[in-house]
Amino acid sequence: MPPAQINEGLATLSDQLILVTVLLYLIAMIAYALELAFGRSRTAAAVKTRELVTVGAAGSDSSVAGSAADSAAGAEGESRTAPVAPAGWAVKAGAVAVVISWLGWAANLAGLLTRGFAVDRWPWANMYEFVVALCFASVTAFLVLLTRQRIRFLGAFVTVTAALGLGFAVLFLHVQAGPVMPALNSYWIAIHVTAAIIAGGLFLVAGVCAVLYLVRNDGRMSVLPAKEQLDRIAHRAIVIAFPIWTFAVIAGALWADRAWGRYWGWDPKEVWSFITWIAYAAYLHARATAGWRGKAAMIVSLVAFACLLFNLVGVNIFFSGLHSYADVPK
Amino acid sequence: MTTKNDESGVSEQPEQSERPEQSERPEQREPARPVGLGVVGWLRWGWRTLTSMRTALILLFLFALGSVPGSVYPQRSVDPGRVAQYFKNSPTEAEWLDRLWMFDVFTSPWFAAIYLLLFLSLAGCVFPRAVVHFKELRKKPPAAPRNLNRLPQSAAFEGDLTVESVAAKLRRNRFRVVTGTDWVSAEKGYLRETGNLLFHVSLLVLLFAVGAGGLFGYRGNVLVVEGDGFANTVAAYDRFMPGQRVSAESLQPFSFTLKEFQATYVASGDKRGQPLDYSATLSVQDSPSSPSREVELKVNEPLDVDGTLTYLLGHGYAPTFKVTDGKGHAAYEGSVACLASDQATYTSECVIKVPDAQPDQLGFLIRFLPTTVPNGAAWVSVFPGAANPTVQVFPFSGDLGLKSGQPQSVYQLDTDNLKPLGKMSAQPTPLNVGDTLELADGAGKIEFTGVKEWISLQTAYDPGRVPALLAAAAAVLGLVMSLTVRRRRVWVRITDRKVTVGGLTRTEGGGASFAEEFAEIVTMLRGAAPSETSQPEDAATAIDREPVSPSNRSSEE
Ligand code: HEM
Repeated sequence: MPPAQINEGLATLSDQLILVTVLLYLIAMIAYALELAFGRSRTAAAVKTRELVTVGAAGSDSSVAGSAADSAAGAEGESRTAPVAPAGWAVKAGAVAVVISWLGWAANLAGLLTRGFAVDRWPWANMYEFVVALCFASVTAFLVLLTRQRIRFLGAFVTVTAALGLGFAVLFLHVQAGPVMPALNSYWIAIHVTAAIIAGGLFLVAGVCAVLYLVRNDGRMSVLPAKEQLDRIAHRAIVIAFPIWTFAVIAGALWADRAWGRYWGWDPKEVWSFITWIAYAAYLHARATAGWRGKAAMIVSLVAFACLLFNLVGVNIFFSGLHSYADVPK
Repeated sequence: MTTKNDESGVSEQPEQSERPEQSERPEQREPARPVGLGVVGWLRWGWRTLTSMRTALILLFLFALGSVPGSVYPQRSVDPGRVAQYFKNSPTEAEWLDRLWMFDVFTSPWFAAIYLLLFLSLAGCVFPRAVVHFKELRKKPPAAPRNLNRLPQSAAFEGDLTVESVAAKLRRNRFRVVTGTDWVSAEKGYLRETGNLLFHVSLLVLLFAVGAGGLFGYRGNVLVVEGDGFANTVAAYDRFMPGQRVSAESLQPFSFTLKEFQATYVASGDKRGQPLDYSATLSVQDSPSSPSREVELKVNEPLDVDGTLTYLLGHGYAPTFKVTDGKGHAAYEGSVACLASDQATYTSECVIKVPDAQPDQLGFLIRFLPTTVPNGAAWVSVFPGAANPTVQVFPFSGDLGLKSGQPQSVYQLDTDNLKPLGKMSAQPTPLNVGDTLELADGAGKIEFTGVKEWISLQTAYDPGRVPALLAAAAAVLGLVMSLTVRRRRVWVRITDRKVTVGGLTRTEGGGASFAEEFAEIVTMLRGAAPSETSQPEDAATAIDREPVSPSNRSSEE
């Protein structure tokens, strides 16, 4: 049984750290945006030229030739239209942005940890804490992917989403740190909710990619990243997140079997977790299906993401069910 | 799940040229609508359409869509009270919704139809596909193509390699290998399709397990007061919900006594009154002949008797009373379960009916205040724990209406034929434990003798839960396998001292990491044959192909 003791000092510190996080994410977002706007022309052209050479070397594999020709044409088009004087400082802004996002990440982590220590339990037992953890997970997913792949162009969009999410949580969802109801007093919270958070963070990154994908114009030059890149990152994130989400739902069922006396009872949260699961499965199928790949698959992934968000926001606020632990302030 | 070869599952790369076997599979083609083929033709067409992947997808979508109203409208199986409320608030609308099974979505015929069709569709496409996969498992990797340089990955170097040594090395890397006079062909990653099949079969098993649990399992709810016992029989439940195949004799014959229940609350601060912990102490006998054991029942820790689980769902107060009627007889003695009307303070209400009282029947409305504090001319409870428990009693006498045969709720007093005893006030002076209230008109007296607590329990037996869990776990395993394993082929051709290596991955999106793996394989092959002429430009061929930036994707998409 957890003690009812709350460390008020730590709880306040946690609230302040979250505000610092929002600020740092916003600064990082601006720095990323500067790089996108002014630093990209050169890098884009360089990358494209390289790609052109590589693809050319791959020879005449028929299935490849068409797209190679496309992208070669695109690359030439871009390098021709690109302004010749790229800003060196802008590229540096990108590097600074990464450092600042790591700082924001650390503040976010510290905010979570202090909240957890303040109440002596896992710090994601109500909707405020859950959204804070979700934003943390999405930034983590982005930063980890960044160490392995060149996806800095996503930075502005991920950090602004996380900042908005945290802002939303602070303004509308914040509840005082406190102990939880007996039903939540279980090690399952570490398993079930943590898995939901990790999957959610990755889905969020994929969702950002999908929105950019649909917003971006083909053909014309744009500061936005190329569609193929967005498609690929979204796909990768979802491929990783999907099994974790499946696990989270199954862990939820196991917990429900301990706490509520049945493993599945079509509680609103269960229904929407299931719908979300189907929608992401449909995305994976669609992307593997000719004719659906590209825009259509991306739309399916956004529908799935909408289901995920509805499960989080809508179900907690509009429906009453067993899963009403969200503790949404009235 | 099979249809045209451009729709081959979550994972498979559509590579027509690489899969000659696909054209042999009848399900590969879009089922042509039979023209004048008669019943058999139509049936065959129907079956093919049903078992196509597109249909399975549509059914899966319908399944999800169909469950939406289940979350929007209250469900009888979850919350019958709210359904009744709906009927009261908007009767005509509710009637129409009820006609469409909107309050029983998950047991409705239309939901069952989707479920059964999905089941059939899955079965119909998994089994043929399993057969194909089984055949493929025994098939040898195809011979090396003539020009390895044309493959998405290729490299060349010089070295003293033999067909045998290359084959041995690839085998050691768990490739399946076939050799020719001057070539080696190797393939790996068959687990992908295996995983895919495992996933789909597990889904089938899962659906089965859920269905079986519904048929052979049961659930029951009961309320037990401290000091009372419970024996697991149909009659002992307040509400019993058996599956179609459950007989009264099949219930696990355990019994228990509730010795004590304890609730702990936050005592101060913002969250004052929020529950922290519930704990019930039971003395359990697993069967009539077994010794009793003590069990602590908590919210996340049900009582488990051989797979029959009993859960702590709720709790409340059960004050005890002694009623003496107008003739001096003890007409009632015992506890009465009160329902909380306010969760934050546990202000609770209950009813005592004393049909045996003479000369007139007696009825009491009781308000129970666990922690009583005066508030002006009224009394209120300020905390859910029983720190200062009192009751406010509203006595009635007359006809309780029990003889009419109409079933009555134990929580409601039908006051039609009752008259209040004495002057009725909204805030009668509360009684403390041990206090007695003398009733007006010599109707008798009621003594508040003590406070007990009750707990509500749910007992559930579901033989499908372990199979369902295993199936779900297998489904995740299959899913991870089919998402992470890549099917890949490597060929090596050796002419004199010139070694050419080519490779491709047959899996969508796997190109980037395959490039790395391919480079490793080339290094591994070269490693054993330290070629005297090191050829940096050849090594570069392999590395060049490695996508250096995310934009170099065209060869894989
Ligand atoms: C089959 C059963 C379950 C499913 C499908 C399920 C699903 C989910 C999902 C999808 C989330 C992610 C956050 C969101 O969308 O709101 C979540 C969060 C959460 N779950 Fe569950 N869950 C189940 C059972 C349980 C049980 C039994 C408990 C506790 C007794 C529980 C406690 C929580 C908590 C505390 C959160 C995070 C806070 C919140 O958003 O309210 N869940 N669950």
